[in-house]
Amino acid sequence: MRIRKRYSERLFDAVVVLIAIAITFCTLYPFVFVLFASVSDAGDLMSHSGLLWKPYGIHLDAYINVFKNPSIMAGFRNTVFILVVGVVVNMILTSMAAYVLSRKNVYWSRLLIFFVLITMFFNGGLIPMYLVIKGVGLSNSLWSLIIPFAVNTFNLLIMRTSFMAIPDSLEESAKIDGANHFVIFSRIVLPLSMPVIAVMILYYSVEKWNAWFYASVFLNSRELFPIQLILREILISGSTDSMTGGADVSQMQQVVQTIKYATIVVATLPILVVYPFLQKYFVKGVMVGAIKG
Amino acid sequence: MQTHASLPLSRKEAIVTRTIHKDFRRNRLLYLMILPVLIYYSVFQYGPMYGALIAFKDYSPSAGIWGSDWIGFTNFSDFFNGYYFSRIIKNTVLISVYTLVFEFPAPILLALLVNELRNRTFRRIVQSVTYMPYFISLVVICGMIKDFTNTNGVINQLFGLLGYEGGAMLQNSDLFRPIYVFSEIWQHIGWESIIYIAALANIDQEQFEAADMDGAGRLSKIWYITLPGLVPTIMIMLILRIGNMMNVGFEKIILLYNPATYETADVISTYVYRKGILEMSWSFGAAVGLFNSVINLLLLVLANYISRRVNQNSLW
Repeated sequence: MRIRKRYSERLFDAVVVLIAIAITFCTLYPFVFVLFASVSDAGDLMSHSGLLWKPYGIHLDAYINVFKNPSIMAGFRNTVFILVVGVVVNMILTSMAAYVLSRKNVYWSRLLIFFVLITMFFNGGLIPMYLVIKGVGLSNSLWSLIIPFAVNTFNLLIMRTSFMAIPDSLEESAKIDGANHFVIFSRIVLPLSMPVIAVMILYYSVEKWNAWFYASVFLNSRELFPIQLILREILISGSTDSMTGGADVSQMQQVVQTIKYATIVVATLPILVVYPFLQKYFVKGVMVGAIKG
Repeated sequence: MQTHASLPLSRKEAIVTRTIHKDFRRNRLLYLMILPVLIYYSVFQYGPMYGALIAFKDYSPSAGIWGSDWIGFTNFSDFFNGYYFSRIIKNTVLISVYTLVFEFPAPILLALLVNELRNRTFRRIVQSVTYMPYFISLVVICGMIKDFTNTNGVINQLFGLLGYEGGAMLQNSDLFRPIYVFSEIWQHIGWESIIYIAALANIDQEQFEAADMDGAGRLSKIWYITLPGLVPTIMIMLILRIGNMMNVGFEKIILLYNPATYETADVISTYVYRKGILEMSWSFGAAVGLFNSVINLLLLVLANYISRRVNQNSLW
């Protein structure tokens, strides 16, 4: 009897491990495929069918094409601008508002929180938002991707919850020493809140890095396009003309494929390189967000 | 009589006014600090709410929001009686329901699975790898989906072995919803499992020890202890999900759909985008968007109400 039970336990463990391996493989393989395909010989890749277990040689031509492409480099520059300036704006506004909303003894506090909270349950919709952004004169400017998205209500509430957990006694003693709210905010609350600040910076950065939709709506000049819009042209609309000039048609078709894969690698690599170091902060962020505000 | 009654009232008013003045003097700096954010919310959150009025108007940019002519519910009745109404509603509901039925439980199952893994290193690897797709930008994900399902793509070729021969899968309207839902699972399963895995860590270990004494098997422990321990978390996630149901991932659909698949892929928000922004029928687009927002709000309130009734878990 006991032996049979141990046997069933072991079977259970084996099944669990097998399923876990299958899931891990399914998640990881698409990236491996893209990586292998991006360095493969374009012609061999064309005639290949099915899964790819190793690259067809190591050819870096596709990468050279990608890096020689001026719009990809300009896209990276625009994205870096949006990301750096945008996240600074995000953090200043969000943390100041979170500080104010986390204070006790503020007469209008409940009203202010209500004012902010309502926007989580109801919004005017895409078209009125579009008209407002156009109306304040932000169209065809990188600022249209920064100012209208300056505060994320959900992030604001996460920060507020975290600020509220800081003991009142610190604020009280600082006040006795004559510190005003701005000093308490910048010298006491912010330094004590580094974990949540790290999480917020990450959240806002991911948001900015991935944003493409409003960029596609508001930006007309190609030289302002962030990297995601350039990627959309290459990967979704399938236009690689600017990178394949000169080659004849059949050769071009082959090259286009490897260029696509190389573009994916180049666009994803920055994230995958920092990912292992940042992962634990993201996970922490989920947990902070899970606490009811 | 009258003066007698009004006297305490005005004194009360005076006290309130004094409190407000005192509060403002004391917290002036705080109000200054939140001012930019209040301006932001007024312009970019409440501005569009006010702008949604154009749903009831024949909006022209030169006349402005207030100056344009009122036309009542014409935009709404045009939408309800329009040719595409039933198609859009059907697609929105179906894509939401499929996502809810197939994608929502997936991270719960993954959390249960990860919880049963005994080797800690392996467990961490599984977690790290499954979180990963969440960090890849949507454009890249959709680019990969498009490439893999294309005529010579890997997934297309694999299905070819099973007898599929229909060319590019994203051109086939029957396949749009399966591709959408399956890729949703792939993108979100790991990330969404985090919260469940954390909730699992809080389950009282004594219950498992007691179950061991009774000779319970692994599956029955999962069914009778682990899963019930997850129910509060599942309920909260479910309410949030239902409140967002009509907001099907519209950016993803815009990246993946094309006129050949509008039949199964076009949802309310993509329709708003095409009508309102690409075709510049602003009032009509605003009306459809407003309809969507109201439905969302009702769903959220309803889900919260039901959940509070059934098992005391609620958002407010």
